[in-house]
Amino acid sequence: MKQEQQWDLIIRPKNNWHKLDLQSIWHYRDLLMLLVKRDFISVYKQTILGPLWFFIQPVLTSLTFTFIFSGIAHISTDGNPAMLFYMAGITLWTYFSDCLTKTSSTFIANAAVFGKVYFPRLIVPLSVLISNLIKFSIQVLIFLIIWIYYLTVSSTITAQWHYMWLIPALILMMAGLGFGFGVMISSLTTKYRDLTFLVGFGVQLLMYGSSVVLPISTMSPKTQIIMLLNPLTSIIEAFKFLFLGSGFFNFIWLGYSFVFMLILMTVSVLIFNKVEKSFMDTV
Amino acid sequence: MSDSVIKVENLGKQYHLGQVGTGTITHDLNRWWHRLRGKEDPYLKIGETNDRTKKGKSDLVWALRDINFDVKQGEVLGIIGKNGAGKSTLLKILSRVTSPTVGEIKVKGRIASLLEVGTGFHPELTGRENIFLNGAIMGMSKQEISSKFDEIVDFSGVERYIDTPVKRYSSGMYVRLAFAVAAHLEPEILIVDEVLAVGDAEFQKKCMGKMKDVSGAGRTVLFVSHQMSSIRSLCTKGVMLNRGGIEYIGNTDDCVSLYLGSQDNSGTDLINRTDRLGAGQVRFTNIHIYNSSGDAKVEFFSGDAITIKLNYQINKEFNIREFLFSLVFFDTQERIMAAFPSDELNKVFDFNFEKKIGEIVLHIPELLFRPGNYFISIYSFIGQSGENDYVDMITNVKKITVLSNDFFHKGILIRSGEYTLLKGKYL
Repeated sequence: MKQEQQWDLIIRPKNNWHKLDLQSIWHYRDLLMLLVKRDFISVYKQTILGPLWFFIQPVLTSLTFTFIFSGIAHISTDGNPAMLFYMAGITLWTYFSDCLTKTSSTFIANAAVFGKVYFPRLIVPLSVLISNLIKFSIQVLIFLIIWIYYLTVSSTITAQWHYMWLIPALILMMAGLGFGFGVMISSLTTKYRDLTFLVGFGVQLLMYGSSVVLPISTMSPKTQIIMLLNPLTSIIEAFKFLFLGSGFFNFIWLGYSFVFMLILMTVSVLIFNKVEKSFMDTV
Repeated sequence: MSDSVIKVENLGKQYHLGQVGTGTITHDLNRWWHRLRGKEDPYLKIGETNDRTKKGKSDLVWALRDINFDVKQGEVLGIIGKNGAGKSTLLKILSRVTSPTVGEIKVKGRIASLLEVGTGFHPELTGRENIFLNGAIMGMSKQEISSKFDEIVDFSGVERYIDTPVKRYSSGMYVRLAFAVAAHLEPEILIVDEVLAVGDAEFQKKCMGKMKDVSGAGRTVLFVSHQMSSIRSLCTKGVMLNRGGIEYIGNTDDCVSLYLGSQDNSGTDLINRTDRLGAGQVRFTNIHIYNSSGDAKVEFFSGDAITIKLNYQINKEFNIREFLFSLVFFDTQERIMAAFPSDELNKVFDFNFEKKIGEIVLHIPELLFRPGNYFISIYSFIGQSGENDYVDMITNVKKITVLSNDFFHKGILIRSGEYTLLKGKYL
């Protein structure tokens, strides 16, 4: 009848699910930033202390850890001031676990919105990464203040200035891993909810398996290898090493974590892309 | 202008009934095993048409099947059908919220869908913040929203509350703000699902006006509604869905009357009514109401011509000159709206005592009722019109619904209200 028309969009049962639509994500960048703003603003609305809670949370957790693990259980902190040691681990760890737990509920928590309007679904986990990054930066600030204090009064810690350029890479890797695990869990839980029960428990367990509390220097070489197979361990250890001067620091293991993160992110984004098309029918 | 902007081809959507549970994992495994061997999905072949009233054998149903249609640039397509006919599924697929099971849709231009107003509104955020968020969710850029911000606030009429969290809003204000954002979307194709059924009368009028502007600007609109009056006044083309398939596509008026006709329109059986009074020389057995084209209906537009037919049977002879009959319309508050007493109309019914059956026919050339529900009661007497003289009296024999239309031919839909209309105009 008429010649082939140019169609802007073709809706099919399955799209090329290996194709990551970066262009449409870019198109929705304003939404991304508004979601970040929403997350950030809405959390502390109707609180008196407001954003101060960002400071209070890690400080209180570190104090608790200092009291229990160092004060009562006498677990080694590699000779560092316990407060600083735990705070370094907790600050970085919290970023990872926040990203993971929040992205892992992407589909279920946003079902109402996703069921009514289309936008690239990946926007939501990406906004979680960014809003948590803001929270993380605030918490790093408080960590830095405490760190500078100890740097001046204590002689046990030695900052590794020549490796400080690695910090952004470490943060990026934590973000990537949290995003990867979270997105994968959220995709896998749309149909079968079983995994959601594991998330809270699993994240707790993973913390103890990531040398946030126990430095791997206290472990046998064999246990060390097992611990390092967890991609988070070498990142947290390296973070501590950069600021405190003690801790496990190895480029090969960091490289392992990096490759692990890349593979995880690729696989999880692929699964996410596949699930986002049909999840409304199964969620 | 006449280029297709949406082309739907062989579209189908299958749903799984029941719960997702252990049974589903065996299905999934079976599906996967078939795919691994390069075979077709075994569950696509089965499945039944979607009839919610009957119990089916399979728990897979086709919510939509073999849907084919084209929408041209600038058309306003009304989609109608009963609950469960597949309207919302179709809109969901078009808005990419869910994907089809088979078939494809080709689209030209940017689509925005309004399946709900206020999607993504966050209760803790202020009206201002929500306008930006909601606009962005619907695909507007921040800059676009900023440039229309004043217009949006103005349209919504909640300027005073714009910096208050929306959780403090009344539900009406919430909807007004939400619709205001939606109304300022400027996509090439707009998909709307019954959002007009919200807000007060004044706001609804505003919304209808906005919808008209949108379609007037040459943009394509797909519109789902149960309000036949809005479909009639807005749409240039209609699609009627029934059990997941297309029943009719084409002229809006034909489509609307087909839809109204498909509803419960069989004559109402009166023979089994026991809540009747009277000696029973005559018993009414059935009532039918027809529109001007002779189709039995229960919904009519203001000003329509209707014909009411009452069937009766005769049980005992009587003097036909003494027989009085009246048909009365009541509104929902049981106020009499109109009555047709046979003595005032000087009608003597000619009963055939041989045949023992017959019918009384009442023709009303113009139904001068405002939109709303009305109930018909029938009264018949011998001699006087007192309670002791009843032959047969039944209340609420039939409910009719009067729909709004452009009664005065001024391009404005008339309001509902349970009082009659009179023809007239300002000079």
